[in-house]
Amino acid sequence: MAILVDANTRVMTQGFTGAQGTFHASQGIAYGSRYVGGVTPGKGGTMHPELNLPVFDTVAECRERTGADASVIYVPAAFAADAILEAIDAEVPLIVCITEGIPVLDMVRVKRALAGSSSRLVGPNCPGVITPDACKIGIMPGHIHRRGSVGIVSRSGTLTYEAVAQTTAAGLGQSSCVGIGGDPVKGMDFIEVLELFLADPETQSIVMIGEIGGQSEIDAAEYLKRENFAPGRPGKKVVGFIAGATAPPGRRMGHAGAVIAGGKDTAAAKMEAMAAAGIRVADSPSSLGSAMVKALAG
Amino acid sequence: MNIHEYQGKELLRRYGVAVLDGHVARTPEEAEAAARRLPGPVFVVKAQIHAGGRGAGRFADDPTGKGGVRVVKSPEETRSAAAVMLGHTLVTRQTGPAGKVVNQVYVEAGCAIARELYLSLLLDRKTSRITIVASAEGGMDIEEVAASHPERILRAVIDPAAGLSGFHCRKLGFGLGLSGTQLRRFEAFVTAMYRAYVELDCAIVEVNPLVVTVDGEVIALDAKVSFDDNALYRHKELEALRDETEMDPKELDATRHDLNYVALDGEIGCMVNGAGLAMATMDIIKLYGSSPANFLDVGGTANAARVTEAFRIITSDPNVKAILVNIFGGIAKCDMIAEGIVAATKTLHLSVPLVVRLEGTNVELGKQILADSGLAIIPAENLADAAQKAVAAVKGA
Repeated sequence: MAILVDANTRVMTQGFTGAQGTFHASQGIAYGSRYVGGVTPGKGGTMHPELNLPVFDTVAECRERTGADASVIYVPAAFAADAILEAIDAEVPLIVCITEGIPVLDMVRVKRALAGSSSRLVGPNCPGVITPDACKIGIMPGHIHRRGSVGIVSRSGTLTYEAVAQTTAAGLGQSSCVGIGGDPVKGMDFIEVLELFLADPETQSIVMIGEIGGQSEIDAAEYLKRENFAPGRPGKKVVGFIAGATAPPGRRMGHAGAVIAGGKDTAAAKMEAMAAAGIRVADSPSSLGSAMVKALAG
Repeated sequence: MNIHEYQGKELLRRYGVAVLDGHVARTPEEAEAAARRLPGPVFVVKAQIHAGGRGAGRFADDPTGKGGVRVVKSPEETRSAAAVMLGHTLVTRQTGPAGKVVNQVYVEAGCAIARELYLSLLLDRKTSRITIVASAEGGMDIEEVAASHPERILRAVIDPAAGLSGFHCRKLGFGLGLSGTQLRRFEAFVTAMYRAYVELDCAIVEVNPLVVTVDGEVIALDAKVSFDDNALYRHKELEALRDETEMDPKELDATRHDLNYVALDGEIGCMVNGAGLAMATMDIIKLYGSSPANFLDVGGTANAARVTEAFRIITSDPNVKAILVNIFGGIAKCDMIAEGIVAATKTLHLSVPLVVRLEGTNVELGKQILADSGLAIIPAENLADAAQKAVAAVKGA
């Protein structure tokens, strides 16, 4: 089962013939995922010189001719919002945008276009989505994953890899891993991914990694309290971590979304809300795996 | 990117936002001359630093004196007010105890204030839309107002497809108790401010206070403008407004090398790939009893040259007693990072203990390169091990 992607997912790439698109599509193919083609405007009708897959001028044409049901975007920041809008227009069910540095107001328009559309967006500024041994969409190192029972959702790329490596080492493995990205305006947020994990029978427990800035971890904690930890419900175990406890207020810590703006967006406030909801909060980014083992033991 | 009040007002004026006449001055003489170009009889001298709370702030060399915003009654008084500000350090609730040196003052015409209001435009993350925030409690710390009297905060959320509409302005204007000519001027003010926000890709435009004068004019008495860094590429003209003296020299250096660096006051220098992991590395250093000297995300495209620049910036901080490198290679390849570390250690004659944790893509190659280098690099097995070793190195030093 897993969520969002599986062995049947047919992946297309926007920014297909560029260095990033080429490299990561080749990695995805080597991992065993079904990459079916891609888009580079102006190069339609040719074959990708290294991957031997068809190149199209538009997303709509690529989708129609290849049956792609997921698109991954490696287009430069200045053109990325346009690329997402094109994928929404072509009704691609799953859009994964890896690109970092998209202007916020571009994403405000994209977010508006997503409402009521038939697309789901993951990202931007994220590592992507993977269901181990089935489908890898994005830039994560495939070899650290093992198919298993933990669903992972995170705002941070490399910190997701930490959670993956630790749950792999603990012998649990992952059902699916979703990097929702570090931008303030993005596609799927914690709650939308958690909904899928709660409904997925293969996902038996969840690791949720947030960071300073915004309130979505607090909203997610309240959602889990209501939907997963309600009395009398056999809820799934959830381990949480928030990065940035030592970050000074008012400073942007790399991610555009990671800035403490006053109020409930500090690491302490988020960890408190998570613990109050029933989430086991790891005290260290190094104990995500061991915290999950303890949570599962009771 | 933040800019000064006088620069923000100049930009807003171009969009039709009502501001008072004023001139920037870098010497007391310029300040006096600026006052002579204004009608008087009242002038306001305002210290220009990238921090709020200037009026209530105090100068480090005169802690019981007046603040960084002073009302004066003549060009001569303007000159003496400027003289005690320029070159002096102003400490406000937003600068931290070190304060900020005032390099320029803004000399502005005075006005007769009837009411002080609050108005700002910002991105609301919950709705992913531009939101206008207004309050009749002008001149106050708006976060305190929001905490103590949430009902006194008015909001209008703008649908990006439809844009700003008259009803948004009316909803806020009536809520602030405006009517007639004042309401029409408020509508024009908000409309101009919204256009500036969208066209300039602002992150925040905050006017506190927005004043209604005794003549019924609606004017921005202060202006805090900052821009979305991701969008600066399409506003080349805004680059000229960047005041590099407001930045930490190490951060400025890092920006020039395309590195994400934030200076902190601890003793363990950090080089990490990925913003979340970089923050988590800082957190775990604290957990084991020391503190980080910096945030540094070396990025996914790290190579030997970038690693060398990163090390140079980290070690230019005299507080750094040890360096912790934490790399979880995805796009970044451990062997390339390892080569960078070896090269940087040799070129920079690194003298502080160096703890390196490598994981992910090409990790075995990377570890081999470090082991073969013959350098005194302390290898670590995982994040906790790395943090413990770095803290031990500092405590032992």
